Amino acid sequence: MALLEVENLRIELTTRDGTAPVIDDLSFTLEAEETLSFVGESGCGKSMTALALMGLLPEGIGRVAGGHIRFNGEELTTATPARLREIRGNDISMIFQEPMTSLNPVFTVGEQIAEVLRAHQGLSRSAAWDQAVELLDAVRIPNPKGRAGDYPFQMSGGQRQRAMIAIALACQPKILIADEPTTALDVTVQAQIFDLLRDLRRQTGTSIIMITHDMGAVAEMAERMIVMYAGRQAEIGPVEQIIDHARHPYTQGLISCVPHIQAVLTDDRPDLVEVPGIVPSLREFGKDQCLFASRCAHVTQTCLDARPPQKAFSAGQIADCWHAEAF
Amino acid sequence: MNILRNFLTRCVYALILLTAVLVLNFSLMHLAPGDVADTISQSMGGADQEILDQIRADYGLDQPFIVQLGRYIGNVLQFDLGYSFFYNMPVTELILQRLPATLILVITAQLLALTIGVVMGVISAQKPNGLMSHFVTFLALFGYSAPVFWTGILLLIGFSLHFQWFPVAGMRDVTIEGGFWVHFVDLIRHLTLPMITLASVFFALYSRLARASMMEVLGSDYVRTAKAKGLSVREVVYKHALKNALSPVITLAGLQFSAVISGAVLVEAVFSWPGLGTLAFQSIIARDTPTILGILFFSALVVIVGNLLTDLALRLVDPRVGGKK
Amino acid sequence: MSDKPIIIEDETPKAQSPFSEAWGMFRRNHAALVALFVLAVIVFMAIFGPLLYPTDPFEMVWAPFSPPGQEGFLLGTDYLGRDLLAMVINGAKVSLLIGLAAALVSIFIGVSIGALAGFYRGWVEELLMRITEFFQVLPTLLFSMVIVALFGASLPMITLAIGIVSWTAVARITRSEFLRIRELEYVMAARACGVSNTRLMFGVILPNALPPIIVQSALMVGSAILFEAGLSFLGLTDPNVVSWGQIIGSNRQYILDASYTVTIPGVAIFITVLAISLVGDGLNDALNPKLRQR
Repeated sequence: MALLEVENLRIELTTRDGTAPVIDDLSFTLEAEETLSFVGESGCGKSMTALALMGLLPEGIGRVAGGHIRFNGEELTTATPARLREIRGNDISMIFQEPMTSLNPVFTVGEQIAEVLRAHQGLSRSAAWDQAVELLDAVRIPNPKGRAGDYPFQMSGGQRQRAMIAIALACQPKILIADEPTTALDVTVQAQIFDLLRDLRRQTGTSIIMITHDMGAVAEMAERMIVMYAGRQAEIGPVEQIIDHARHPYTQGLISCVPHIQAVLTDDRPDLVEVPGIVPSLREFGKDQCLFASRCAHVTQTCLDARPPQKAFSAGQIADCWHAEAF
Repeated sequence: MNILRNFLTRCVYALILLTAVLVLNFSLMHLAPGDVADTISQSMGGADQEILDQIRADYGLDQPFIVQLGRYIGNVLQFDLGYSFFYNMPVTELILQRLPATLILVITAQLLALTIGVVMGVISAQKPNGLMSHFVTFLALFGYSAPVFWTGILLLIGFSLHFQWFPVAGMRDVTIEGGFWVHFVDLIRHLTLPMITLASVFFALYSRLARASMMEVLGSDYVRTAKAKGLSVREVVYKHALKNALSPVITLAGLQFSAVISGAVLVEAVFSWPGLGTLAFQSIIARDTPTILGILFFSALVVIVGNLLTDLALRLVDPRVGGKK
Repeated sequence: MSDKPIIIEDETPKAQSPFSEAWGMFRRNHAALVALFVLAVIVFMAIFGPLLYPTDPFEMVWAPFSPPGQEGFLLGTDYLGRDLLAMVINGAKVSLLIGLAAALVSIFIGVSIGALAGFYRGWVEELLMRITEFFQVLPTLLFSMVIVALFGASLPMITLAIGIVSWTAVARITRSEFLRIRELEYVMAARACGVSNTRLMFGVILPNALPPIIVQSALMVGSAILFEAGLSFLGLTDPNVVSWGQIIGSNRQYILDASYTVTIPGVAIFITVLAISLVGDGLNDALNPKLRQR
């Protein structure tokens, strides 16, 4: 049994213009100690998937409209709020995109780490604090004893993200969801954070779901990847195989946007290509057609008439494209 | 160290403000028609020009403006705000007698308005379209629109005259005897209606701001983080969100001190509460200028001290205030 | 799995004048619409009421303390046997006039100080904001009581006293709007074209800073009415005119005998100020560009 199974997940978002499926029929599994990466442009539903896994969809706006999320075989879509609270931060935890605003400005960093330990592991105040200092050390913050008493505004962006990682890993979760953990950081700091995540994964055996739009990060971190487009899965499969031979035009576009992957892995495409156009607006979501059609160089009438089927290839690679075999 | 220096700077600034109040006070006194000599001569039943000049020379009123101002400020520094011919006692003494009553009223009303305002704001923020939310909106409109003296009179008619639950006027019942607690209960009984009346105005402001501020904070990233940690609803709302939502409310409460004192003047008049407001009211009718200006000075002092305390409270709630920029 | 697609046609935005656009937003706020109607009725009463109901508010017309509805006096009589209805109708004029005039005074002072501070920055701003803080330290009602007590309780003096003590909020709002707008491109462009400072301030920036100032001004009228009521409740008023607060003040001692002499004028103040603040809310909806974009 997979650690996490997501089956035909559908998430609807209520906006002023009506209801739109921001996640439309998404299925995937996550094995223990595996790193799975979600890739796609902004607004394609990656973050919504993460929030749904945590049971944290914005109240009154987003809701799970169909499908299943099973953690260790336990259904999460129908779990009680109390049970979800037990799981959150303990079995499944999350790092957010914005380290500048994701930490509470009026509590010390040490307290924000320690309170997770108190909530889930029943540690005493002093034991939780000592553990928090150790965790700050583990995420390589210098002088952890002194820094534990600092407030977030006294730390740099990279240090705050390290503190967030310490919070997320405090209870040694089975799954760590990292939602664009480095997007808001400087490039050098980004590399350090990725190093840290890789080392921590090796030490703890935590499965990681990495949400990013950075194909370079995917190649470095993940074993398998899911390419998302407009709330739907475009392609899923082993990272190396997809980078080597993507079956969906959108994936191909994403890969050709990244220079160093190109240089290392293929020699036959010397030019950088951009994917023309933009992600369709929420109003387009849910239409019975290929949503990428408007930006696709290989579009045919079939693409506009019906939603593409899932076509399976070797090693579990699946592409949602009418013409996947042709690429 | 940083915090201490910051606080000292604010204290110096407060002293400058107080001096400015004194200059204003004195200028007003100078500009107003009639002076001390007129007042004294009136109390003597009229006097001729020679005696008036004599009195003016005695009180230094014939000196240039700036000299008189300097002397006035010098006197105030020695806690001498002049002499009330109406009450026949030094103004400072007179005010210090009345100040505690006003402070009790103002502080309890502020605390009541803040506590209930924040509690109701927080409850209603969690259900923006719930019953409590509408109730808060309604009370806020009422508090803003109803004249505070009218609210006081309505409460007086209802709870003192009709139901007779509370005394009609004053601060204590001189006829009762007993220990500290007996007098304390007596004070509370007298205080209840004036306090509620005064608080009603500010409760409206605080609950509305607390609600808005809480709603904003509940949508923030760090509250999402707190939820992602698996904390209980109580911890998310009352620990993580509330401490952040409090800052703007405390700031507003600090800005309201002068308005609270203004309100207290009217409330004191309704309930015959023996504080500075009633004194101001009486001395204005009696045209007792030194007392009026003394009250203005002392109330500004109370506001300034209130602002300093607010600043300290903000530092307790929000570590970013006064820290590294 | 995919359900019905949602297809929403783009609405072609119609060109609208700023006024009709604002009115459209205002109309959506039903409370504000009702309040505007109530306010119109009150203003009508204040202007034409004395003609329609010509009883002299100072004349003793019946025995004191006749309850409302008896002996043909709709609202009864006060402690001097004066017709309360006539007093409330005539009081409206003074209360509204002072409220409006005092608000104008404070808006004039507040906008001038705020505009200068926000436009010139530097030491001018520093000085003006210190002055503003100074005025915030003085309890407004006490300060205006002092002014009225020292310089006499004539209507112009009362108006001035209220205006002088209540401009600080307007000044702060105007300043922050000026600080924001002076950095915008069109102001830069006007500056680059050599437009004079005065024109820049009042011809370019001020019109764009108006929406929040207008909303605040509406609220100022309400609080000035409350202010006047408070002063006249304390007896600091011209004894030769009636106002709502003054009716309450002069009848205060007799609430045991006739509570309606106090409650009725209070209701008049309450409804008027409530209507003004609801209209202010509506103006906020109508003029706030952030809301309009939704």
